[in-house]
Amino acid sequence: MKQVIIHSSNGHLGYAPTKEKSFYEGAKKMPDFYIADSGSADIGPRYLGQDVCSSPRSWQKHDLRLMLLAAREQKVPMIIGSAGDQGTNKSVDMYVELIKEIAQEEKLDNFKLAYFYSEIPKEELLSRLKKGEIIKGLGSARKNLTEDDINQTDKVVAVMGVHPYIEALENGADVIIGGRSSDTCVYAAAAIWKGMPEATSYFAGKALECSSFCAEPYGAKETVIGYVREKSVVVEAMSDFQKCTPASIAGHSMYERSNPFEEIFPGGRIDLTECNYQQISEKATEVTGIKYIEDNLTFKLEGSGKVGERRVIVVGVRDPLVIEQLDEAISWARSEVKKFYGSQKIKYKLYFHVYGKNALMKERESTNNNPHEVAVVVEAICDDKQLAHEIALMGGRGIFYARTSKVKGTAGTASVLFAEVLKAEPAYKWTMNHIMTEPDWKKISHLNYLDI
Amino acid sequence: MKLKDLAKTIRSKDAGVDHITFDIIFDDYNNYEQVKKANTINREFIGELYKVPQEMITDFCYFDPAHAIKFTIQRDEPSGSPGDSDIYGCQQYAPLLDIELDI
Repeated sequence: MKQVIIHSSNGHLGYAPTKEKSFYEGAKKMPDFYIADSGSADIGPRYLGQDVCSSPRSWQKHDLRLMLLAAREQKVPMIIGSAGDQGTNKSVDMYVELIKEIAQEEKLDNFKLAYFYSEIPKEELLSRLKKGEIIKGLGSARKNLTEDDINQTDKVVAVMGVHPYIEALENGADVIIGGRSSDTCVYAAAAIWKGMPEATSYFAGKALECSSFCAEPYGAKETVIGYVREKSVVVEAMSDFQKCTPASIAGHSMYERSNPFEEIFPGGRIDLTECNYQQISEKATEVTGIKYIEDNLTFKLEGSGKVGERRVIVVGVRDPLVIEQLDEAISWARSEVKKFYGSQKIKYKLYFHVYGKNALMKERESTNNNPHEVAVVVEAICDDKQLAHEIALMGGRGIFYARTSKVKGTAGTASVLFAEVLKAEPAYKWTMNHIMTEPDWKKISHLNYLDI
Repeated sequence: MKLKDLAKTIRSKDAGVDHITFDIIFDDYNNYEQVKKANTINREFIGELYKVPQEMITDFCYFDPAHAIKFTIQRDEPSGSPGDSDIYGCQQYAPLLDIELDI
């Protein structure tokens, strides 16, 4: 039977190490491709904005080594998308270096490596806007892109589709390192290149992109195998404690998506409303009924920009009377900061996260009990490091010196952890979450080839 | 009965950087059907539970293939912005655990 076998070992390569036992179980299936997505927009905006990884290099190298050795031994392609957590140019270069290092250390035979970037220069976006192009916001949360949005952005990447991967495979690449890409597409490209229909190829990508998250019971970083066929996709769990069931696969369709019935990517989407899920063996489920709909070529743009320097101070309160009046204490602290710094027309942001009361859900919290102890994490953001430090300090000390109506502990109504203001990395914000129309993907990205 | 005793999985997670999506997954098909029929959990109910206006609830559905209820709320600020204490959006589901159902 005509099918493409895809090995998926990690839903976010490098974020936590791949589990080796199920990796090797998967290798025994003689896959046609070893594929992993290495990026995510869930990790917060700073990694893109600052162009740094959130995953340690040693974990990234560990996972790349597993895949490279297996792929080279079996002489099948290896594909990595969204290198280095965010898929910036620097991250792609780093993964290319890691591949070279591993190849040298393991004395591998020569192979062909392809890589592509997906960063977009800000000037390019500004010039598109000037020409009257509309770059729409993604969903109702965003307005159309403005010059202001671009100016506030430090780094922007386009989320690429199947096209660069297919071209690289056409040109005989054995290893492909991609910039920021749609995780579904990193997998789909392989099956499409081998002649499988778009419907089953893209569905396989969607199911495989978080590896063992589509299996149950819960367990990350285990390998799953996808069998992409003309009219169906079979997904099989490789770890000894997991299986792919209709519920686990359907459950995964919902994961991290607001609409479980469709999956959108550059160039089209798949409709899952008529899907049928059947358990066909102990650890495998078959899915049929996927529909593919072609669309204009559009690319999601992810952009991040620095907001300011961040300083933090952790203030503990054990006095239940102060805890009862904490809102008052915090108000007082805020007004002290405003009197001193607001009057100097300094722009700052100040937050009080009250762990024990409502730090996680904030105004949405309905539970109203007063705990016996709270931690108030004071967060100050300001362009200037010294000012961010002072504002955090005054916010924290404001609770320490709080003037509330029932003061018993007159030596200090709160306790500052380590008696110091803690330095944090700068604060960033997702300045762009937009859709750009571009019928020619080569205007955004192009492939480079190396012989290793 | 409380929802936490009827559903197998109750979770929340970012769906892109501007939204948080919630899943209530039942492994017992009967439980799912009964909860769906009762219609206690619907858009209006969620709006009140989370003190969120209807236009911020961008999606709500009963997803039969996974025996799950799914809804999505737009974030006030993108994930990881200054002041955000839940970058992943993964700790917003607690109010769902103790929902009382007449089953």
